[in-house]
Amino acid sequence: MYGRKVKLRFFFVLSAFLILVLTVVLILKSLEENVVYFQSPSEIKELLEVKKKKIRVGGMVKNDSISIKTKELEFIITDFKSEINVVYSGAIPNLFEEGKGVVAEGFLKDKNFFIATKILAKHDENYMPPEVKEALKEK
Amino acid sequence: MASLIGYYSLILGLLCSLLTILYSIKNFNNNNVIKKEVLFFTFLQFFFVIISFLGLIVSFIISDFSNETVYNHSHTTKPLFYKISGTWGNHEGSLLLWLFVLTLFIFLFLLKSNNQPKKYRILTLAFQQVIITGFFIFLIKTSSPFNYIFPIPSEGLGLNPILQDPALAIHPPILYLGYVGSSIIFSSALAATASGYISKDWAKHIKGWVLISWFFLTLGILLGSIWAYYELGWGGFWFWDPVENVSLMPWLALTTLLHCILALEKRSILTSWVIILSIATFTLSMCGTFLVRSGILNSVHTFANDPERGLFILIFLFFLIFLSLFIFFYFHKNENKNFKLFLLSKETSILINNWFMMYFLSVILVGTIYPIFLEVISSEKISVGPPFYNKLIIPFLIPFLFAMAIGPKLKWIKSEIQNKINLIIFLVISFSISFLILKNLNDNFLLNSILLTSAFYLFFITTKDFMIKKIQNFSQNLAHFGFSLLILSILLNNIFSTEVITNLKIGETFKSKNLSINFQSIDQKDEQNFKSLIGKFEINSSKDESIILKPELRIYNQPNITTSEADIKISLLKDRFITMNSVQNQNYFNIRYQVKPFMIWIWISVLLISFAGISSFFRKIYEN
Repeated sequence: MYGRKVKLRFFFVLSAFLILVLTVVLILKSLEENVVYFQSPSEIKELLEVKKKKIRVGGMVKNDSISIKTKELEFIITDFKSEINVVYSGAIPNLFEEGKGVVAEGFLKDKNFFIATKILAKHDENYMPPEVKEALKEK
Repeated sequence: MASLIGYYSLILGLLCSLLTILYSIKNFNNNNVIKKEVLFFTFLQFFFVIISFLGLIVSFIISDFSNETVYNHSHTTKPLFYKISGTWGNHEGSLLLWLFVLTLFIFLFLLKSNNQPKKYRILTLAFQQVIITGFFIFLIKTSSPFNYIFPIPSEGLGLNPILQDPALAIHPPILYLGYVGSSIIFSSALAATASGYISKDWAKHIKGWVLISWFFLTLGILLGSIWAYYELGWGGFWFWDPVENVSLMPWLALTTLLHCILALEKRSILTSWVIILSIATFTLSMCGTFLVRSGILNSVHTFANDPERGLFILIFLFFLIFLSLFIFFYFHKNENKNFKLFLLSKETSILINNWFMMYFLSVILVGTIYPIFLEVISSEKISVGPPFYNKLIIPFLIPFLFAMAIGPKLKWIKSEIQNKINLIIFLVISFSISFLILKNLNDNFLLNSILLTSAFYLFFITTKDFMIKKIQNFSQNLAHFGFSLLILSILLNNIFSTEVITNLKIGETFKSKNLSINFQSIDQKDEQNFKSLIGKFEINSSKDESIILKPELRIYNQPNITTSEADIKISLLKDRFITMNSVQNQNYFNIRYQVKPFMIWIWISVLLISFAGISSFFRKIYEN
């Protein structure tokens, strides 16, 4: 039979390995559940089904599209090919302006209607999120 | 003129770097003292970098717009303080600051390591010079802060207004002292491995450097966090933003190292761990610089999108990683001393700490790197937000906190838990308190109450240790106490924060069951480089006295950016926080009012933690 020491070592290695595998599985699984995908209005139009999953939509705020009430804010995100209506209630970042880039996070109600839970702040007037830049480039 | 001097100083500095390496190699096998030339060139290099740095500062102060960096980031109407801080508020200048700290640290190291073996000192110097040379070349070749523009523009483009803030003005230098401080630990660990000097003596000697960079890193992260709280108007202290994460990762590695090095110092075990962690800390700092500066992550910190810069740092990073791995595997002989590990011992508890820290580190690493990785291989764009981190980190805090409460009580080699009854009583008290605090809470009651219990438990045990223990473990106890306070305040803050977001016109009032916000008026004021709109809000709530808050909107002249300044009523129990934003072409203002309990304790506890680091450092000096 094997000595106690060997057994102990074997047990140690095995448990370390198991813990490692568990950790990796755990991380990957929650990654899968918690990532937020980015889509442009055109990509949304091409969706086959509207899922109940949080996404980000990016593009330009269409000119003359902002309208504001006490409770909520409505505007249109465009990538000059397709548009999507956005309803939002929450904090509005400083650089949110018509004709400027924007990224909104939230849920699709249908292919034309987006309920935003967050508008992402940007830090620089010339800055445009790479996602938006690319979405606009593809037009 | 100042720019010209700065530029040539840089080139001379690079020259010194190469000469130092040359002389160190020559000096390596010869006699037992370090040659005067080596010391002389290291000093000269430090001197040149200072001159170069001063050159850039002077160019900023006198608004010399023939310098491209100054033109891009400064403006004549900017206050003097921000002209100076603008020096490191951009890519080129901040790299010069890196270089300054790199040379400063190796200079200090040579001064303070007289009693160490010569071979080890000269090797540390050589490795550090390799890093310094890399940064010199990077700076001169891809991002010189002294580029010349002709014709000379009459006015600069100005500094991004959200960077014009006292906390953020000193944030980069403090953070860099921590980041770059780890370079000495890196070089020294490699040198010690290569010269076979990984020992108790080495651990004792390097611990001071670990403490000092840990102190600055902690403080730097704190400053950034406070700034994000009031300036970005997000009203929180941590957002799991990739840029925050890249500063937290080296911190975790460094904290682990700090614990590990104790085991090396007292029991000369865990040697490989210590070396790997030393390498990891600096590599993660470099990684952070790479991710932030290459423009891969988008944020305030990203100044330019220049692939050449990113590529250079990436190649340099890989070079350093391969170099250190080579040295580690080639030179490091793991002395398999037949040491036994008992379940109840300080060694085990340090190991447990290490495993938890490594777990937290890998979660953050995956969350930060994975989106970049995915975009490269499948061009799909994703983001990983707070839910990911909360889910993977928060549950594991529970055993972590308990281990943190019990672990320090154990002795080296083999130990037993004493005063078991006491420990159980504390557990019961903590649980009862948590239950009382949370009994009205509906969602997530179980997780929150266990978390709160473990945080209270650590809090009570460290408090008790303060009362009865000698001064001996003061720093460690203070750090753990601070950490328990931090977790407690974060938990209570998270659970009991409330917010109201609404859009109001001047004169309107928002009303809910126990809160009313009255938007009374707007005033205008002209400042040196911005115009400010100051709102006046009266807030009445059923629980507190009514207060007036005056958030501000600042419209900067150059660049033309609007920023909002939060107004915060701070008290020991809670912060009341309001921000106001205008919406284009509309009469409405977007108002966000938050009540954040125990906010100030989050800052205080981190201050306590960093203070523990510095007090341990001074105690070490005092003892020698």
